[in-house]
Amino acid sequence: MKNKIYQTFDEAVADVADGSTFMSPGFSGVGVPRNLLAALHRQGASGLTGISNNCGTLDEKVDVGTLIEAGQVKKMYAAFTSPTHPSQISPFVRMYNEGTIDAETVPQGTLAERIRAAASGIGAFYTPASVGTELAEGKEHRKINGRTYVLEYPLHADYALIRAWRADEFGNLQFRLAQRNFNPIMAMAARVTVVEIEDEIVPVGELDPDKIHVPGVYVNRLVKIPPDGIFD
Amino acid sequence: MAEEKPKLHRQAMCDRLAMEFQDDWIVNLGVGMPTLCSNYVDPTKDLIFHSENGVIGYGPLAPAGEEDRHLVNAGGQNVVPMPGMAIVHHADSFALIRGGMVDVTVMGAYEVAENGDFANWRIPNRKGGGIGGAMDLAACAKQVFIAMEHTTRDGKPRMLKRCALPITAPGVVTLVATDLGLFKITPDGFELREHAPGWNPEEIQELTEADLIIPSDLKEFRFRD
Repeated sequence: MKNKIYQTFDEAVADVADGSTFMSPGFSGVGVPRNLLAALHRQGASGLTGISNNCGTLDEKVDVGTLIEAGQVKKMYAAFTSPTHPSQISPFVRMYNEGTIDAETVPQGTLAERIRAAASGIGAFYTPASVGTELAEGKEHRKINGRTYVLEYPLHADYALIRAWRADEFGNLQFRLAQRNFNPIMAMAARVTVVEIEDEIVPVGELDPDKIHVPGVYVNRLVKIPPDGIFD
Repeated sequence: MAEEKPKLHRQAMCDRLAMEFQDDWIVNLGVGMPTLCSNYVDPTKDLIFHSENGVIGYGPLAPAGEEDRHLVNAGGQNVVPMPGMAIVHHADSFALIRGGMVDVTVMGAYEVAENGDFANWRIPNRKGGGIGGAMDLAACAKQVFIAMEHTTRDGKPRMLKRCALPITAPGVVTLVATDLGLFKITPDGFELREHAPGWNPEEIQELTEADLIIPSDLKEFRFRD
């Protein structure tokens, strides 16, 4: 069995090249791969395209906004491309208004399905979300059984940075509660999937095959978060 | 001055919408004011609260000291699990939404129009928007309830003939609670069902751009028991 365990986050993201596309999961601060994002920030790759639910928050924690603020990201695909309150001017909002970063606003369910489509070999799909709004303008529409849908395409990535609760050495993954969110579909959609583990990496065979949320065949690299790492 | 009269509190507005939830409904509460709906719990009804991050069947806000950092609702608030809770990933959570499983979604809004359009994701003259799951929910939930203040901070109506802001979904809103009353959207427009105490229909109409239908059985706003 190929060794997938890396000792440091820096080694695990060392080969991310300029211009790569990366996926960063998390919802309301839960299930965010903060250690890997911090390593990618240190690594310094630029011209990146990011796929994430939001474009960074205002708190001090490391998230996709850390890479955006450092100027490493040229484009974001996200369900939130403006602050929830006008007074919340994040680095992304400032750069987006200045025109130094590009973004595509994607309804959250469409974002998730575009990621799943990439993971599942689906060429495109029709969804009712956004029909009749300005986000559907210019997109192919189709009426199926009396209902109107818009055509949406998959979102692929070079790298998925993932936060999981537990893994075995082969990379089979388990998540805890709402930590799961975008993590499984992103883990399955990227060319290289790198995972930070909160609890432990156990020997192969110790996880119940019926309780695995992402099969290890999708996982390339595992790093256990050390005691002095970021756990929240 | 009519504007100085007391209006309804946010919790009363959300309580009133929550009274409309029916037994066994799957309920999705938007970020902000709508989360107050979960404070009103009618023990005679079995409600299942769904949050778009894949939590199906969460309970009330977690008491201080009992938060589980892995369990949050759509607004990022720590909640407690209910017996029978289930977790799915984001794509399956929205499969549940688009598949028509959600009986009602309650959202905030900037504007609601008499044709059931509403706007809650983008402010003019600013790039981008905060859609989150609102477009998926609005297009696919069986009903869309709105909780919002009746007018903007500078007194302009939010209940309009047609939305001025970019809409979230066309023709989907069924019920609106504002700080002046409860409004049903009918094929003929807004029907004032219940008025805030101390407010008469003429005063409410003055603060509403769309023409209100005033039914003969108009009632005073119903508060929780």
